[in-house]
Amino acid sequence: MSTETTISEIKKPAEALLSKRRKKLVTDPLIDSNPITIQVLGICSALAVTTQMQPTLIMAISVIFVIVLSNFVISLMRNTIPSRVRIIVQLAVVATLVTLVSELLKAFAYDMYKELSVFVGLIITNCIVMGRLEAFALGNKPYDSILDGFGSALGYSWIILAVAFFRELFGSGSVFGVPVFDTLAGFIGDDFSFATNGLMVTPVGAFIILGLIIWVQRTKTGYVEH
Amino acid sequence: MQQSNTYIITFSIILTVVLGLLLSGTSQVLGPLQKKAEELDAKKQILGAVLDADQLKALKPEEILSFYESRISSKVVDIEGKEVTQNPDGSPMVAEKVNVGKNYKMAPESRLYPIYVYHTEGKPESVESYILPVYGAGLWDEIWGYVALQTDLSTIEGVTFSHKGETPGLGARITSPDVQQRYQGKQIFDESGNLQSVSMQKGEGKDYSEDSHKVDGLSGATITAVGVNNMLKNYLQYYSSFLSSQKSGQQTEVVAVN
Repeated sequence: MSTETTISEIKKPAEALLSKRRKKLVTDPLIDSNPITIQVLGICSALAVTTQMQPTLIMAISVIFVIVLSNFVISLMRNTIPSRVRIIVQLAVVATLVTLVSELLKAFAYDMYKELSVFVGLIITNCIVMGRLEAFALGNKPYDSILDGFGSALGYSWIILAVAFFRELFGSGSVFGVPVFDTLAGFIGDDFSFATNGLMVTPVGAFIILGLIIWVQRTKTGYVEH
Repeated sequence: MQQSNTYIITFSIILTVVLGLLLSGTSQVLGPLQKKAEELDAKKQILGAVLDADQLKALKPEEILSFYESRISSKVVDIEGKEVTQNPDGSPMVAEKVNVGKNYKMAPESRLYPIYVYHTEGKPESVESYILPVYGAGLWDEIWGYVALQTDLSTIEGVTFSHKGETPGLGARITSPDVQQRYQGKQIFDESGNLQSVSMQKGEGKDYSEDSHKVDGLSGATITAVGVNNMLKNYLQYYSSFLSSQKSGQQTEVVAVN
């Protein structure tokens, strides 16, 4: 007991592993500064991969992996990176991580690799990744950067999963490949049927869903663009 | 803080080397696994032409490989339907190693055409169906597939299609079992023996069960459907000498038995 007090007298007490400030790093990007709905970043992949839940989930996991690790690596190197070539350094790190994800998928989940194909590669150009590196990882400690990256990636993930849920439900009449409406028809009776909406499987459908989500969210939070 | 040029260059070189080593290391380690995954995928596609999607899904990877081993025999023919047994360098020809996509870039006359024969277990000489690879262009990128023909060499037992970059939900639907089932039982030759192939029609939702050369189309994916039609027509044409030689072979066999 006494030793602990002496240490804390010499050093400032270490910040709790999940202090209020650090929790905010993770929770803020979920709603209040969501990368998709507030910052409107990473829209391209949010439109492209969200026709079905399963590939979207794999995409979300891949993005979480890439953002967290790249934030971590860049934050570790932040004091050695020459500022004049920092963008290229960030790009090289991100590209390496993305290639790793792609190679791993090819070896262990070949079907998903085929389905996501080009979109995994396009994580490199996902503005959220570079945005977090520039805005946060370059000036903060590794652990905070991991939390920040995780928060942003989660914010991205839940939005694309929500979009995918509605697009798959109304576009293909299923969720995670399970035909919801056909199953319902089994309970309610054969009269119950649902005509799937072709618009939902096109990128236009994603725009509409995303617009609705942004509308609902901004109505609730009262956020206005300045 | 302004760093010297030497520092920047050294930093870049070290970074490049480290990342390069990391990537090539992973590629080395994962290479065999990826090759296996690709091989499994190719065999799955070949078997997909003769098995139901559910049946195929129920099989574990090792079971697929052993099933393939026991039920599929393969050979390679040229445009005239003659069997090719050797590579130009003298090594034995293996149908599974023939890259249909690479062959597609050559003139049809000089391409190699693999044929997979689905036979009864333990009887390699018996034939249940012939599985022919097909290849062509969709809307955005390559499409390919396998067509299984019954022993009359005209009735389609089943098809399987794959694609690289067709639009999800539109052209990419060629991979769905619902679409592929539409081809089952269709005829590629008409009554007088001319090659008609089977073509997808424009629009979706019509019933073509009366017509043995037409199947329901893909709404919103007309160009992909045209690509599929061309792919089938072209490749069935390329295989037609093999098919007719096989047909006459069957007839002589029947005569000999009588």
